[in-house]
Amino acid sequence: MASHNNKDITGTAVYIMTAVASLSIIALILGIFYTLFVQSSLAIGKFGFFGFLFSTDWDPVRELFGAATALFGTILITFLAMVMAVPVAIGIAIFISELSPNFFKGPAGVAIELLAAIPSIVYGMWGLFTLAPIMSDYVEPALQATFGRLPVLEIFFAGTPLGIDILTASIILAIMIIPFTASISRDAFNLTPSVVKESAYGLGATKWEVIRNVVLPNARISVLGGIILSLGRAVGETMAVAFVLGGAHKISWSLLDMVSTITVTLANEFTEADTDMYLSSLYLLALILFIFSFILLAGARLFVMRSERKV
Amino acid sequence: MNIITSRKIKSFLVLSLCVGATLLGFFWLFFILIDVIVQGVGALGPDFFFNDPAPVGMAGGGLRNALIGQLIIVLVATLIGVPVGLLGGTFIAEYCRGTSYARVIGVLSDTMVSVPSIVVGTFIYAILVKPLGHFSGWAGSVALAVIMIPVVLRTTEDMLKLVPWSLREAAFALGAPTYKVIFKVTYRGASAGILTGILLAISRIVGETAPLLFTSFNSPYFSTNMNEPMASLTVTIFQYAMGPYASWHAQAWAASLLIALFILGLTLTGRFIIRWKYGER
Repeated sequence: MASHNNKDITGTAVYIMTAVASLSIIALILGIFYTLFVQSSLAIGKFGFFGFLFSTDWDPVRELFGAATALFGTILITFLAMVMAVPVAIGIAIFISELSPNFFKGPAGVAIELLAAIPSIVYGMWGLFTLAPIMSDYVEPALQATFGRLPVLEIFFAGTPLGIDILTASIILAIMIIPFTASISRDAFNLTPSVVKESAYGLGATKWEVIRNVVLPNARISVLGGIILSLGRAVGETMAVAFVLGGAHKISWSLLDMVSTITVTLANEFTEADTDMYLSSLYLLALILFIFSFILLAGARLFVMRSERKV
Repeated sequence: MNIITSRKIKSFLVLSLCVGATLLGFFWLFFILIDVIVQGVGALGPDFFFNDPAPVGMAGGGLRNALIGQLIIVLVATLIGVPVGLLGGTFIAEYCRGTSYARVIGVLSDTMVSVPSIVVGTFIYAILVKPLGHFSGWAGSVALAVIMIPVVLRTTEDMLKLVPWSLREAAFALGAPTYKVIFKVTYRGASAGILTGILLAISRIVGETAPLLFTSFNSPYFSTNMNEPMASLTVTIFQYAMGPYASWHAQAWAASLLIALFILGLTLTGRFIIRWKYGER
């Protein structure tokens, strides 16, 4: 009887311990949200949440702050990176799942995973010391000589090509998010039932027609989820872009100009913030980033789950 | 006939683009890897491992302080993060599988996995650095543990789900209580997968820089005191690469090479364990 009781006690203890551990996720999310909110209350009080969001001020001396410039940089660089990365990533996924001979599928998958495993600080360093000089010496002058002469496009290629700019940062970010999108898309493509593919081939469809009309529609929800996941990564990426952005608080349409993102602003200025209002404004930036990526990621997840349940 | 030819040409063109995209991916991978190896291998001698940073201009400086600091921070983070993640994953896979609570925790963990790591850094700064008045190795470890918990929780849950119910039922039929079934049957069945998950979680935090910037900060001195600011390879890379000296740049490259090799090694080990345990996938 006594031993039975001991078992009950151990069992209950294990149950409670594991339950508390699982609650830690909720505690962390609420804790982060609450802490960032409390720390940024000073800035919210002075500027108002939406006033802060749409203000282009960033003047530590006069203690006037706003998120618009950093938000602009974040959105612009993420957008450019996604435009460059998504087609390449889906191309890679199609190659690995549909075209590659079997013996090559494993190594190709490993290579993509290695690309994902390289830490962002290494991407950042490589970007600063290797990619940026190439961009400023060869790529950007060439772009200016061609597109920079056209009437509308010249806006995007104005300025001196330094290599430390929006274009370089978005290329590095694009290389970073290719493997995420590619591996999720590949997994989704691999789930296509081969019977369906074979019946399309049986009707005389070419390989591309099978991919276009069978594989892609079948995988579109997972692929979309993967794209949003990569978007969330890109928005929150710090070190890969911190080296090559310069961190200038302004809105610029030239791809050869320096801007700042929310993450780069935090990385560069957080430990240097000397006034309470400055620090509080940085916390408000962090809160905006947190809310934005939380909604994006949780939304993508729920969307994928709901669509899966319908099918 | 013409239509068929044009369809075939179209198919060929699009598929060529896919091959091109793959070549582009391989090009970047090899470009970055080879560049890091070429630039990093020169400074990666005994000095790098056994000496602390020397004043600029003096030869023989190394990054022993950052190497040891990083090891300590990651080790402590693992000791905090793995048990919490493991137990949490156990709860939602074993005690309340299929319930809406398990689904909510699953979605929230997935979200936490991708929350910007710099936000975690600002959070830990507010609760562990500002109230205590100084940066510390502990704060760095806690920040990394926060990033680690959802990763371990999620992989543990997935791996426990792979263990067939009949195995548990057999143990229940022998009169074993739930916790014994978990420790003696399910954990054993899922051990390789859980180990892989832990390895991947470690490889995830080893490369993190952003959460350490405001927590463990950096220090040019060798220290094993977790109550002080602590050097780490990643933050040192950031500082050295932004600095003006060629010797700093060389050491930053060497540190990048070391971290990249370590993470690639962990990733490949994880893949190897999965293949060896669960066969070809």
